[in-house]
Amino acid sequence: MSRENLSEGISVQGVSKSFGSIIALDDVNLEVTKGTVTALLGPNGAGKTTLIRILTTLLFPDSGTAIVSGYDAVRDATRLRSIIGLAGQNAAVDENLTGRENLELVGRLYHVSKSEAKARTNRLLTKFELTEFADRRVKTYSGGMRRRLDLAASLVGNPKILFLDEPTAGLDPRSRLALWSVIKELVEEGVTMLLTTQYLEEADHLADRMVILDHGKVIAEGTSDELKSRVGGGVLELRLGEPRELQTALNAISGLTNGGVQSDGESGVITIPVVDGTSILVSAIRRLDEVGIKVSGIELRKPTLDEAFLSLTGQGRGTDALKEVV
Amino acid sequence: MAFSTTDVLLMTKRNLLRYIRIRELLVFSTIQPVMFVLLFAFVFGGAITTPGVSYIDYLIPGILIQAVVFGSNQTGVGLAEDLSKGMIDRFRSLPMARGAVLAGRTLSDTVRNVFVVLLMLGVGGLIGFRFQNGLPAAVGAIFIAVLFGMAFSWISAALGLFVKDVEAVQTAGFIWVFPIIFASSLYVPVETMPEPLRFFAQLNPITVAVDSVRGLALGAPFSPPIIPALIWGFGIIAIFMPLSIYRYLRISKEIA
Repeated sequence: MSRENLSEGISVQGVSKSFGSIIALDDVNLEVTKGTVTALLGPNGAGKTTLIRILTTLLFPDSGTAIVSGYDAVRDATRLRSIIGLAGQNAAVDENLTGRENLELVGRLYHVSKSEAKARTNRLLTKFELTEFADRRVKTYSGGMRRRLDLAASLVGNPKILFLDEPTAGLDPRSRLALWSVIKELVEEGVTMLLTTQYLEEADHLADRMVILDHGKVIAEGTSDELKSRVGGGVLELRLGEPRELQTALNAISGLTNGGVQSDGESGVITIPVVDGTSILVSAIRRLDEVGIKVSGIELRKPTLDEAFLSLTGQGRGTDALKEVV
Repeated sequence: MAFSTTDVLLMTKRNLLRYIRIRELLVFSTIQPVMFVLLFAFVFGGAITTPGVSYIDYLIPGILIQAVVFGSNQTGVGLAEDLSKGMIDRFRSLPMARGAVLAGRTLSDTVRNVFVVLLMLGVGGLIGFRFQNGLPAAVGAIFIAVLFGMAFSWISAALGLFVKDVEAVQTAGFIWVFPIIFASSLYVPVETMPEPLRFFAQLNPITVAVDSVRGLALGAPFSPPIIPALIWGFGIIAIFMPLSIYRYLRISKEIA
């Protein structure tokens, strides 16, 4: 990562922010290279939105520095605002204005000329397939249309850096796919992007790199593959012939690994994170055979991003309960 | 700040479109003061004695102040609405002039107040109200009313930004305004009130504003306390404008 790239991207160093006794961000460091997409992942309240707010000058950090495209988010806030675009959690568009009026207003507030604001508005309305509804009031728009208009509004200023805070939250699957394809186009045009999401699939699909926040700290970062491999070599999945023998099976294989075993009583599937997959596979089958449990399916595979995320944030469904049993 | 005028005008236009497009808002915010005129002029008016002038002449200057002060509540409500819908976040992330959102809001409410004041004068004219002190004084009376509307808009802006919840702002805005509107010389001469209340009513800025508008509109025997009215009007703006801007620059919809 060259120095030049860094100054054009995002660089967060030691940023902390508290609200009263709540620590929202705790010494966060983050680098986003110019022209790449980084996804901020994390459970609710992890500090994702707070970080976006600091980078878009809406909040001041208590300590640390945030540099966006060479501008300090506190000292150069005014200049920074003219080169960023923000689409926040709720579609921030004026219901009483038409789609066209909304975009033209934002364009004028970026201080581009009237004619340029009109030209950009027309381009964006076409790009987001809103031309047909351009002169209707936003009040009549569907949720998906509002989101598209909101995203269009964040682009009127031709931003170098785009911040999207949960861009597809609350959208139906079809609108989500439509929004994804627009975001991908923007990336191809070279926009640097930082987006937050709760959907791992979305991060996997859109982002080059991921940063996982938990309780205001960065707990992991890297590409999707890097995060998956951080969990361990792989995952051993055993499907029991008789799901009701689950407890016996869990007892039989206990001690094989250092926990992290997940199981589903209904399907009779046991998932074990493994480093040396083949030797554990052999031991597990032998032990199950000794107690007379039939296995109907065995799979040794790489972990999914979901498993990586749950393991990294320690939010495995039922994992804690099982640790006591296993 | 080179673009501030444009930014303020853009925001003013945006807010005025809201009044024009939400018809209910315009209709009800207009009907309410008209109702007060008719109610006081014809229901209570007969029982209220006013020195030297008809009750309708006495009442209309007060109604101008009441209409702009009640109407100013919309400033805070509008800001709370923008806040809850994330509009304030969007505006704050844009390179626009720092005070433009608030200035545009209070300016558009002032434009609306001018409209409401003229409307009230029209309704008053229909039931017999006349300016009796010449044109310059009449313009002065309208100026004082509009100035107080603007001053109360800035109070309402601060209230909206501190309270944040739309419904709470709506209610809170009326709770504190009612006592100062009624415990003043707006509907009845303060001399008719019992001692402690009269003391409060005489200090009340609403009394100062109403007495100024009334004195300018009707002339003798009323003498308008113009200087105190201007001090109150501009003084309120001098305190609540910076307070609102300070709050605006630090506000955020939610913390997480």
